[in-house]
Amino acid sequence: MRRYPSAVAGLAVILFLVGMALYTVVTIPYGQVLQDWRAGEHWRMHPANARPVWTDRLFGGNAPPTLTISSDAADAEAARFEGGRQVRIPMAFDFAYDDFPSELTLFLGVRGTERPAFVEITWHRPDGSDVRLGAHRIAGEDRVSISQDRALEGRLGRVPHIGLFAVDPGAPGRPEVLRGTYRLTLDAVLFDEAAELHADLVAFGRVHGIAGTDHLRRDLMLALLWGTPVALAFGILAAVGTTVTTLVIAAAGVWFGGLIDAAIQRLTEVTMILPILPVLVMVGTLYSTSIWLMLGVVIALGIFSASIKMYRAMLLPIRNAPYIEAARAYGASNARIVMRYMIPRILPVLIPAFVTLIPTYVFLEASLAVLGLGDPVLPTWGKILNDAQMQGALYNGFYYWVVAPAALLMLTGLGFALFGFALDRIFNPRLRTA
Amino acid sequence: MAEPLLVVEDLSLHYRTEAGILRALDSVSFELGRGEAVVLLGESGCGKSSLAKALLRLLPRNVAHHSGRVLLDGTDIMALSDERFRRDIRWNRISIVMQAAMNALNPVVKVGEQVAEPLLVHAGWKRAAAAEKAAQALARVGVAADFMDRYPFELSGGMRQRVVLAMALITEPALVILDEPTSALDLLTQAGIMNVLKRIKWETGTSFILITHDVGTSSELVDHVALMYAGQIVETSPARDFFREPAHPYGRALMASVPRLHDRADPVHIEGNPPNLLDPPEGCRFAARCAQRFAPCDREPPFARLAGGRRALCWLFDEGGRE
Repeated sequence: MRRYPSAVAGLAVILFLVGMALYTVVTIPYGQVLQDWRAGEHWRMHPANARPVWTDRLFGGNAPPTLTISSDAADAEAARFEGGRQVRIPMAFDFAYDDFPSELTLFLGVRGTERPAFVEITWHRPDGSDVRLGAHRIAGEDRVSISQDRALEGRLGRVPHIGLFAVDPGAPGRPEVLRGTYRLTLDAVLFDEAAELHADLVAFGRVHGIAGTDHLRRDLMLALLWGTPVALAFGILAAVGTTVTTLVIAAAGVWFGGLIDAAIQRLTEVTMILPILPVLVMVGTLYSTSIWLMLGVVIALGIFSASIKMYRAMLLPIRNAPYIEAARAYGASNARIVMRYMIPRILPVLIPAFVTLIPTYVFLEASLAVLGLGDPVLPTWGKILNDAQMQGALYNGFYYWVVAPAALLMLTGLGFALFGFALDRIFNPRLRTA
Repeated sequence: MAEPLLVVEDLSLHYRTEAGILRALDSVSFELGRGEAVVLLGESGCGKSSLAKALLRLLPRNVAHHSGRVLLDGTDIMALSDERFRRDIRWNRISIVMQAAMNALNPVVKVGEQVAEPLLVHAGWKRAAAAEKAAQALARVGVAADFMDRYPFELSGGMRQRVVLAMALITEPALVILDEPTSALDLLTQAGIMNVLKRIKWETGTSFILITHDVGTSSELVDHVALMYAGQIVETSPARDFFREPAHPYGRALMASVPRLHDRADPVHIEGNPPNLLDPPEGCRFAARCAQRFAPCDREPPFARLAGGRRALCWLFDEGGRE
């Protein structure tokens, strides 16, 4: 093993990927990931298009993460009146980052009554000035999108989540962040004595997690993690499926010869000129883009692939080997001769090729996804790339959106290639240097 | 006389080749008793190996014609279906040690498993029991049990030959065909293997068909000699008689070509080549090289009966042939 450091490195990469895949499958169940990956309420507390946290560390910035200030922690003052309550909830938070939040939203909920509440919101800045954010009628669970308040934007001269945090919002040029303690006061009138007001102020950050988020606020980490088992499963199943069937068919053709061999050869020649990718695109466009269907088509097209020719060439001399004739003499059946005498003979040469075949199928799946034929429900590396491309990720500077899945794809290719090439040197003595 | 184990009658095997029909075997007939050994003696290309293959139906794809009767214990095994033949005859009744037996071992299977393979193939055997039986079979041919876990390439030629022999004997067949079992081995190893064969013949009563062109080694084991020439059996004789004095002129020429210790006379080689089996000559096939050729040899010779149970395919022994 020490003589083949690339085998060790490749194996380490493969084991890392397998470990990641196992961890993912165990911690995030399949059903859950399908549900979560559909955009929606699940991600409402996540920022959209946030960078990964590490980019900030790497380039020395101090961008704000997502801050959530809950009214549960606040000391609410309440005053009763006939048929209801008047409540004042002060909320406070420190903001000392280099950059502005990406969005500001107040999630409000009135519980214990059907009747709507009136809520008046006031923003207190660290420099002592107050900004009135208007009065809202809140029923049930509701949200106030402060960032999208056009009137407020007009008053401040900038989009609210910048204007509210800038030193001098009206000044031209690049605004500066006003650091200090911000407060928000909610003055609410509830028309029921039992009613409660619950509030979450969310200042969406500029950075999120290890992988960042996409345009639908989804955490890219989920897709990167789940892409691993999907990619490995696809690659390995496709490689096993095509190699095993091809090998058995080639061996059977060589063994039985005659018409069977001729039929197999002609079929192979026809399949060889069928372009796989366009066929897959056709199936994906006309029928379904389910990854399992794609896997089936890939294997079906791979059965009579060009490797049959190679295996045939390798098996032909073995067919006439004395030990095969001996096996016939002691009554070994055709199936036994093919499976136990012919195939094992060329396996050592095939294992390296098999290992290097796995990433080509991983790439094929990613290519399909990039072409928009990815699995409709399952997050994969290729689908992240597809989303990134659709959203103009590179044009908008969201490089991490492209880099992370691409790096994982390359890592997969590298790991299997290193391992496969090393195996080739181990199994093929002619490649061994003294 | 008890019913013989094997009766071969009119066995013919022709191959289709690019040049035409090659008559590898032409109306071959002989008998073999239980516990007896016969040697098929003859020079290269005379059809010895074809006879072995024809008996076991190990035919290549280009067979043009395969006919005759082969009675094993009274049943005509030529009439069996391929599947029944494979299951019931191969290795259960007749096994073979192939020519180039050294290469007859699957290089990726360990010796122990390999020897047990015929038992596994012919169903009913559990792996462990088969392995135990394989160890016994190997011990019988003088291979120690610690060779069981080795691969064929780790064994010497003699060892491999013994392994192949163990494999042929493991199912305790009634008849074992040995196709040049010692041809690639040194003299000491040859002697060792011939001794093993003799002991097995003695102990188990197995019948052997030995195929060789080596007159010396064969005389050790066999009871009968069947002399082959150009796809025909030209003489069958008890071994003792044959080695003392062959009846057929070809046999005499063959024996004269064997070098002898303490003999001033040079070994004599037979002039000319065997006839082309694509188009064998009319009449006696040996006539062209025969020192005793005379007029009737242009006609098909009879399989004449001689004294002592000998037979020869030659006009010399036919009353009608002599002037």
